[in-house]
Amino acid sequence: MTQPLQPPRRKNPLERTRLPLLPPAKRSRRAHDLTRAAAEGRFALHACESCGTYSYPPREACPACLSDRLVLRDAPDGGELLSATKAEVPADNYFRERAPWSVGLVRMDGGPTVLCFLNPRCRPGDLVRLQLRLDRAGQAVFYAFPAGKGQAMSERELSEDPQWRELGADPQHRRILITDGRNPVLMPLVAALHGAGAGEIIIGLSESWKPFAHRDALAAMDKVTIVPLDLTDERSVIDLARDHAAKIEILINTADYLRPGPLGGASSLNAAREAMERLYFGQLRLAEAFAPVMIARGADGDAGAAAWVNLLSIYAQVHDPAYATYSGAQAAAVALSQGLRAELAKGGVRLANVFAGPTDSEWYQTSAQPKVSQSAIAAALVDALKRGMEETYVGDTAKDLHARKQRNPKALERELAAGLEG
Amino acid sequence: MGPGLRGGRKGYDGVVLAAPVTVPYMRFSIESTAWWVGRALAALSQASGIAHQNFDGFSLASFSTAPDTAIGLTQHFGLSPRFVDFIPMGGASGIVSIRHAARAVQAGDADIVACVAADTNHVNSFRHSLENFSRFSQDAVYPYGTGGPNVSFALIAANYMRKYGAARADFGKIAVAQRSNALKNPHALMKKPLSMEQYMNARAIAEPIHLFDCVMPCAGAEAFLVMREETARAEGLPYARLLSAIERHHAFAQDAIQERGGWVQDIDELYAMAGVRPQQIDVLQTYDDYPVISMMQFEDLGFCRKGEGPDFVRQHDLTIGGSFPHNTSGGQLSAGQAGAAGGHLGIVEAVRQVTGRAEGTQVANAKLALASGFGMINYDRGLASGAVILAGNEP
Repeated sequence: MTQPLQPPRRKNPLERTRLPLLPPAKRSRRAHDLTRAAAEGRFALHACESCGTYSYPPREACPACLSDRLVLRDAPDGGELLSATKAEVPADNYFRERAPWSVGLVRMDGGPTVLCFLNPRCRPGDLVRLQLRLDRAGQAVFYAFPAGKGQAMSERELSEDPQWRELGADPQHRRILITDGRNPVLMPLVAALHGAGAGEIIIGLSESWKPFAHRDALAAMDKVTIVPLDLTDERSVIDLARDHAAKIEILINTADYLRPGPLGGASSLNAAREAMERLYFGQLRLAEAFAPVMIARGADGDAGAAAWVNLLSIYAQVHDPAYATYSGAQAAAVALSQGLRAELAKGGVRLANVFAGPTDSEWYQTSAQPKVSQSAIAAALVDALKRGMEETYVGDTAKDLHARKQRNPKALERELAAGLEG
Repeated sequence: MGPGLRGGRKGYDGVVLAAPVTVPYMRFSIESTAWWVGRALAALSQASGIAHQNFDGFSLASFSTAPDTAIGLTQHFGLSPRFVDFIPMGGASGIVSIRHAARAVQAGDADIVACVAADTNHVNSFRHSLENFSRFSQDAVYPYGTGGPNVSFALIAANYMRKYGAARADFGKIAVAQRSNALKNPHALMKKPLSMEQYMNARAIAEPIHLFDCVMPCAGAEAFLVMREETARAEGLPYARLLSAIERHHAFAQDAIQERGGWVQDIDELYAMAGVRPQQIDVLQTYDDYPVISMMQFEDLGFCRKGEGPDFVRQHDLTIGGSFPHNTSGGQLSAGQAGAAGGHLGIVEAVRQVTGRAEGTQVANAKLALASGFGMINYDRGLASGAVILAGNEP
């Protein structure tokens, strides 16, 4: 049915670039509850708080008891395939040019029946597993793949299905720009991307006259290039974009400037300004130079531009007074990323924000344990790409702070103010 | 009226249908839906000899009158009804409009109800209506590249074939017979014969649905008048008597995938009210947006048992002169699907049949007709179903 994904052919410069089309994006407000789950990589359905019944498609009241207390709840992701077909002649152009589409009806273990995308290996009667994924329009859709005895599929096998590839930004065979090679995540990230079968990796390096410990190790690697890139310099960003923007499918923005400290510290104004220069203006400079090209290449050739990732801190969401100015610059970066996401979406290009907790980097020296390793961040970032997520939280501290903010942001604010991080 | 109707339900005694009209279909039209409604009203007036100002009831079925509904169109067309109904229920709207209109004339709330179904078809209408069909469709169907009922019916048909042993050729027999019928109907859009070989070799749309399993969306209108028998006599109009009618929506929600329609729940009452048995029906008009749903109706309307549909088709000749005349005008599969008018097509043809005015498609001595409706593929199944039994003047 499928064969291993081949590296994309070299583009014939005489060929017209296919323009990006998107699947239909219109949804009811309730349906966006599923968007939220998919953005975080969760499998969830609407459940009735009164009688517990799962319902789908999204409704305004429980069909079993008419309660309006419908909440999004993590749900069993198994099911049975009832019937399957292939849509050969869809009415919508996005689907038409990518036809056929395997679709089927799955009775979910949670109860409701879902019309979903199917891995082509699924047969009626099969037990399947479902994922909730974001499609190229950024909306939640269901994808089912075989899960019966002896039928389980590896991630690599799944990636052979072009439908599955549309629902993520798998780094396999894709060319990648890492914008700040001085971020301590660099070497684990390069390793994780290589492990995922990435194509060429281009690494931006500022002030290249300064020592750079990994220069030799990177030079010895296949398909890795170091290029000059200073995110605080518009000219530098534009220069790089001119040469490389049309040759990258995934941009990983690792810009950072961590200087801990509460307000009123001796150099807090300068540190805040520097952090804004890199985290906010740096992202803005990249956006202006790279986003238009990536949007235009959203459906270019076999791979096409696929994703933009910002590697951020949990302090972007949870503003710890101990990292007061840093939190501000991080938050500004998140705010900007929503505008950028909306722009990139025109080309079907995803934007993911990876929120990491305190790491073992020197600037978090005094931060309480547990800290998250750079390799865990790299793995989470690659996982978010493969699964097409928009938000992911890495490390126990980041997950803890995120959960506490969901529960009661005021409690979290008071506890952080009192230095009660635990 | 038969005995034992639920809740002492009253029959339709004295209610008749008259003046069946068709505004000839066009594959695409640059006219608006209101234009088609206007032509249908004019045709009703001409066929009945009754000025449209004297239609004191107006029942409209359509998908595409926006921003108007039936009420706005009263002013548009100079009507002044005391009964108005808007029934955007797709393939079930014909049956539903009859039921509403019948009770209105029976009770004297109206004397003459014009039941009109019309939809235009612009070159981009089909996609537009797919995009905006229903909330469940918008949230949970259209995002899967499956806009429109092709995929929904592919899933239903594949399941039915697996479970009950239907073969594509069985569906083909239904489609081929209807094409043969359509060649005798000057209004039918399809003008060329269809062979079983052509049917089998047609390209796949969504396996097991192939090209000739699908209707052709088009512009058109169908209409008839509902009135009391005495009114029809006074106007000197040929008429069909309404013997019984059923409708049911969202039946059998427990079926994981649709294998039967809501008819099953009410079919005994349909025959009991009419006081007839299935074997007495001379001509059947099923709602046929895909052959599989016609086959299910042979079962669900009581002509054979569940699962016997394929065999029933194999044993019968479904053409006008055959052992089981079915969709004698060619049905939607060969006449075209004019939006919501698809639900009126079979009713209009049934009235013509039992009044002996079907001309080229006339079944000899057709006295009793059954016409059914089905529609609204809201998510994974058709929600609406209904049926009527009509009799000629002198049964």
